[in-house]
Amino acid sequence: MTGVGVPARGVPEAAAALLAVDRIHTYYGKSHILHGVSLEVGRGEVVGLLGRNGVGKSTTLKAIAGIVHPSEGDIRFEGRSITRLPSHRLARLGIGYVPEDRRIFPLLTVLENLRVGLNRHGVDKARKARLIDKAYTYFPVLAERRNQSGGTLSGGEQQMLAIARAMMLEPKIILLDEPTEGLMPRMVSQIREIIHVLHREEVAVLLVEQNVPLTLEASRRVYFIEKGEVRHHAMASELHVNDAVIHQYLGV
Amino acid sequence: MGIAVDQLLIQTVNGIVTGMILALVSSGLTLIFGIIDVVNFAHGELFMLGAYVGVLTLAVTGNFWLALISASVLIGLLGAAIYLATLRPLIGRDPLTTILATFGISLVLQNYALWQFGPVSRKIAEPIGGQFTLFYLEYPWYRVAVALLSAAIIGGFWLFLKFGTWGIWIRATTQDRVMAQAMGIPVPWVLTGVFAIGSGMAAASGVLFAPFGGVDPTMGLNWILRAFIVVVVGGMGSLGGSIAAAIFISLLEAYASLWVSPSQAVIVSFVVLIVTLLIRPTGLFVATPK
Amino acid sequence: MRRGHGVVFWIGFAVVIALLIVAPFVLPEFWRRFLTEILIWGLLAMSSDILIGYTGMISFGHSAFFGLGMYGAAAALLTTDPPNLWLALFYGLIAAAVIAACVAYFSTRLRDIYFAITTLIFSQIFYVVIFTWTAVTGGENGLNFDQPALGFGRALSIPFTPTILHWFVLAVVAGSYLILRRITQSPFGMVLQSIRENEARTRAIGYAVERYKIVAVMLSGLFAGLAGVLYAIQNQFAAPDFVFFLVSGETVIYNVIGGIGTLVGPIVGAAFFLLLREGLSRFLTEYYLIPLGIIFIAIVIFLPQGLLGFARRWLNE
Repeated sequence: MTGVGVPARGVPEAAAALLAVDRIHTYYGKSHILHGVSLEVGRGEVVGLLGRNGVGKSTTLKAIAGIVHPSEGDIRFEGRSITRLPSHRLARLGIGYVPEDRRIFPLLTVLENLRVGLNRHGVDKARKARLIDKAYTYFPVLAERRNQSGGTLSGGEQQMLAIARAMMLEPKIILLDEPTEGLMPRMVSQIREIIHVLHREEVAVLLVEQNVPLTLEASRRVYFIEKGEVRHHAMASELHVNDAVIHQYLGV
Repeated sequence: MGIAVDQLLIQTVNGIVTGMILALVSSGLTLIFGIIDVVNFAHGELFMLGAYVGVLTLAVTGNFWLALISASVLIGLLGAAIYLATLRPLIGRDPLTTILATFGISLVLQNYALWQFGPVSRKIAEPIGGQFTLFYLEYPWYRVAVALLSAAIIGGFWLFLKFGTWGIWIRATTQDRVMAQAMGIPVPWVLTGVFAIGSGMAAASGVLFAPFGGVDPTMGLNWILRAFIVVVVGGMGSLGGSIAAAIFISLLEAYASLWVSPSQAVIVSFVVLIVTLLIRPTGLFVATPK
Repeated sequence: MRRGHGVVFWIGFAVVIALLIVAPFVLPEFWRRFLTEILIWGLLAMSSDILIGYTGMISFGHSAFFGLGMYGAAAALLTTDPPNLWLALFYGLIAAAVIAACVAYFSTRLRDIYFAITTLIFSQIFYVVIFTWTAVTGGENGLNFDQPALGFGRALSIPFTPTILHWFVLAVVAGSYLILRRITQSPFGMVLQSIRENEARTRAIGYAVERYKIVAVMLSGLFAGLAGVLYAIQNQFAAPDFVFFLVSGETVIYNVIGGIGTLVGPIVGAAFFLLLREGLSRFLTEYYLIPLGIIFIAIVIFLPQGLLGFARRWLNE
């Protein structure tokens, strides 16, 4: 088991990590979900989190996003402890969250969904307009549907809206929870494109996925979670889809 | 058995006027329930205190519009304070507790008013005097003004929800509170704000109603019951439903009071509630039953 | 209450009953009446606890049950000569039972807040009817009648002195408490609590939740009506004020202050509230509800288990 500060064999330590999760434990009622999870994401880095269903991947993201609060352990963002902060503060600090099943606002239009993240300090009208244009450029389908209610969009379109919405926060890191789940195969390449775009924009990405090829292709480093703990940590470049370790943590 | 046509007409207009005031009161209530998930038992008392602030401001400044505004603002602030002190600590607990807390608050506010202002009803004059001829009768202008003002306030609020910046925040919070917060919306403050707005609306209705029947500490009791009925019949959380239900119920009550005394006419609203709960509990005026 | 505490319970119970039996001899007239009233309101609060504390159904309808029990008794006491105690009980309980049946019907179709509002409206319907149907109910002024005697047939008839009345009320309330306690500790009571915890799960396990709710409402309504009958007998009048929903609200306050789901808690809550009211109204005349209301709100926020729950935790530490 690797923890923060203990580099895995052959993995260079991320210098001054943007996000550092340090041995967090979470509970759901009496259930002990996360048993001391630790991981790191560097600035602009794409990091993958792989594991089967129910091992705690989503819960880890939720803890970072402030939706669930760890009962033990610490989470640091840009060096400062954020463990107890509510999620709206974290959003303003630069943590964007794209949940499993998207959860866009169904009764708001596409444009209104985007505007939700724009009411922040120091964002003037011009900048808001630029950000919206950026969203439309990267996701043309959203431009087409700008006045449609979020609830009327298809699954793939909602996924794009969810990501675009998070981008309106101008985040330093985006937490992506299973973006390809339930999407058609050709949308997977779109998701890959989006992750590249984020990387180009120097936004770090913590990608939770069960889609191994996508994760290996997009990420620089990958963590493997099992039963609420990080069990393995490796560079993506050294992993192949059919490796034994992949089967161990993701096989049926 | 002939009821004169003009009586029927007068009652129709009366029903609509009272209905609009009831709509304004109920809008606040349904808003608070729909967005914050709180059943605000103290809503009637906010209405009553708004009327008192209006009466006092009127006595000092002589300006009715100032009275309306100051009442809405002051009671809105009171609402925010009540929310922060007693309802915020109860978030996440059994919804039963908010009913109890607001019930306790209503008792405190009612008795406070009794203590401060005494039980005797105070009257204030209609700010817009004069009457006009409605069909064959004289009908006071003020009543029409009240209906229009209530409609304007509700309409204004609806526009705010639809197009204002904070309107988006409120709507997002209603639809998915967790994600709204994850998008940077300071949800605790949105909820406080909504409670304040709801309280302000109740206060405004109180001031508008004051010239009709006088102001006394128990006036809130009547309205809270009817407002609850309207909110249930109109569909919890539905602004449009509340308005429709408010007018519907007020019209029925107005017609009923042609035959029975006003204190008995209130049974009509009870019956409407029971019928609604039996055949369409999510609200008579809700488009699709959930 | 756990089985292990069985002996402790009975000793405690016996002590309390003994004290209450002796009380009329020790207390001045005013406090004697006051104590009897506490018992009656305590019974009402206990009946309400069946719904709120055990089944998880908040109800503002208890004033309807109480009021109709009262008027039912009034009907009996006004129409028979000499006024008959048992007839009063009978009429009162029947009246309460009829209302309880209506409310029970609604309880199966409505949840939570809708149920609460409906029960509130029920109270108000009866209030309006009683208030305006002056010919039958005396309207605003209510009804006055004579007190019946404690009669067991022709042979034995003991007129109620305040002390004997107190003992009668004590017997009824204590008996009710024991019955309700037995019921809440039975399998039936366990199912009720399971419904309170998680209705869906209880249904999924296979219990006919509707039927349990109906029985709970009937039970609650009957005992509330009983309290109404006792009140009528003690005070010899019936008035619409008791049917107004605020009475239900106060009952709920007793429950919460004392501690819901404990049966004893509501009685303690009633005593606490009434004593505090008595004390405060000496200093503050009619505005006692302001500090009392604030105390209530504070208990809701800070002591959700009520006074009893707080005492229990404090004793356990």
